Amino acid sequence: MRIFRNLAFLTVLGAGVFGILEFLISTGVLDDYSLQILCTAGINIMVALSLNLISGFTGQLALGHAGFLAVGAYSTGILLLAHVPFGLAILGGALMTALLGFLIGFPALRLRGDYLAIVTLGVGEIIRVLIINLGGLTGGSAGLRNIPGYAENIMVNNPAAFLWIFPAVLLAVALVANLIQSSHGRALISIREDEIASQSMGVNIFGMKLMSFTVSAFLAGLAGALYAPFIGYLAPGGFDFLRSVFFVIIVVLGGMGSLTGTVLSGIGLTFLQEALRTNAKDWSQSVASLFGNPHGGTLDLVPMSQVLFGLVLVLLMIFRPQGLLGSSELRLTKLTGRSKK
Amino acid sequence: MKPILSAQHLSMQFGGLRAVGDFNLDLNPGELVGLIGPNGAGKTTVFNMLTGVYAPTEGRVELLVGDKLEDISGLQPHKITRKGVARTFQNIRLFKSMTVWENVSIARHSQVPYSLAQAILRLPPFGRAEAEVRREILDLLAIFKIEAKADWRAANLPYGDQRKLEIVRALASKPTVLLLDEPAAGMNPQETLELMDLIRFVKDRYRLTVLLIEHDMNLVMGICERLVVLDYGLTIAQGLPAEIRANPVVIKAYLGEDAVHA
Repeated sequence: MRIFRNLAFLTVLGAGVFGILEFLISTGVLDDYSLQILCTAGINIMVALSLNLISGFTGQLALGHAGFLAVGAYSTGILLLAHVPFGLAILGGALMTALLGFLIGFPALRLRGDYLAIVTLGVGEIIRVLIINLGGLTGGSAGLRNIPGYAENIMVNNPAAFLWIFPAVLLAVALVANLIQSSHGRALISIREDEIASQSMGVNIFGMKLMSFTVSAFLAGLAGALYAPFIGYLAPGGFDFLRSVFFVIIVVLGGMGSLTGTVLSGIGLTFLQEALRTNAKDWSQSVASLFGNPHGGTLDLVPMSQVLFGLVLVLLMIFRPQGLLGSSELRLTKLTGRSKK
Repeated sequence: MKPILSAQHLSMQFGGLRAVGDFNLDLNPGELVGLIGPNGAGKTTVFNMLTGVYAPTEGRVELLVGDKLEDISGLQPHKITRKGVARTFQNIRLFKSMTVWENVSIARHSQVPYSLAQAILRLPPFGRAEAEVRREILDLLAIFKIEAKADWRAANLPYGDQRKLEIVRALASKPTVLLLDEPAAGMNPQETLELMDLIRFVKDRYRLTVLLIEHDMNLVMGICERLVVLDYGLTIAQGLPAEIRANPVVIKAYLGEDAVHA
């Protein structure tokens, strides 16, 4: 069976990459800072995968995944602060988000296309505003502080976080891949292709959309749950609309309906964002000096990186509107030339 | 004899427009009935009411399930399909980016024997069922001589094969009643002849009852056992093809007043 060979192969590949990265960490080649970016990339990939499931494969545009990330993160953060065992707190955050996704999906998925995008956008904002206003529970706009980390010793929190986040990303890829390559997955894709034909073939399109949305919320919630002890401090500002858009960008850049595309663009965009953030000061000063202001005082730093970020996207949409990989997957059989139709 | 599908006093009102009014039809098991009429007469609206895409404003639809007539009016489309009514579309609605066999597999999804959890965890029932579904679909494709294209993307099929695939996909849901919406649209006379053979073949082999909408009069007169004529949403004639051909009301609807006296 091709499916099982693929699965065994992916397990070996995942374990191999994991081993190499662990080796680099233990020898100190990968410093704490790179590790932190890698973990952030992992979190971003998980959310983007979950978004790809509902938007790329099922064809239902969702613009509120930062809200799901927030619910997962805050739920786990609050549970950890209440001394709930670590694994349970993580699971609790993910399940809480899945439940929320189910409840929102029930009315929202009766809407089509653009309307769903607006509803999810609204829900994302409502979640953020609720977090700000439920100060007793969430710390309000001051944020949720001192969330227990993966390790007792804060100095080794990132390596410990990586031990959780990397396998979780592999698990998320496997989960979505297995779901997509099944009859249920084909039914989801058929909804994206043509809802009317799909229901005329006996597919319960509302039920399948609800399933896809709930699984998507679960994965985004899991990402949030893993994020809380990794970052240690949660503020509502980090879960705004722009964050949701960032996840959409990862999915679109990698290719709607391509899992490997999402993974690649998730890593790429996380690093790009980080590079722009840390180098923005230098660049904005050099741009400012072009305009005769050597001190760069008039140019804000963050918008500068946003401009470059936007430029990358505009170029991509001009030269490759279907995203890096379109809806196809990067397969090793292709690279070794044993390509299959 | 009980009808297999029975439409009683069906009406469809869109705001101020009465698309179909007081439509009655009893399909007997094994019949091949044609639904004809000028453009905009409401033929596809009838199909949409029978398959649940529209809930009829008035009237009811009954379907023979087992040996009992069940009221299916207003049920959701997927439920009606699962009870045994399958259809094709006037403007081909294939899942274009999916392969030929995947297109057919969608019709089998509601009968797939494994759960979502079993699929995600790749438990044994999944592997067995997937292999079996694939083999069944390949067998079905072989009957229609397109098994060699099983792994083609549907969008890349030649036009005639796309029409054929729509019929195969509808058959895969194991229907008792098949509704074909202009199956010969866009076909040349030779392809239409082949299509007529194909329709007769599937009707006999799968013991289906067929209702079809068609403008191609060669096809309609060639294979339909009975015809229903719609004009402006109303049934203006019913009968054998030969009777319909000579019916002045029908000729008037199609060709205008003068043609009747010509």
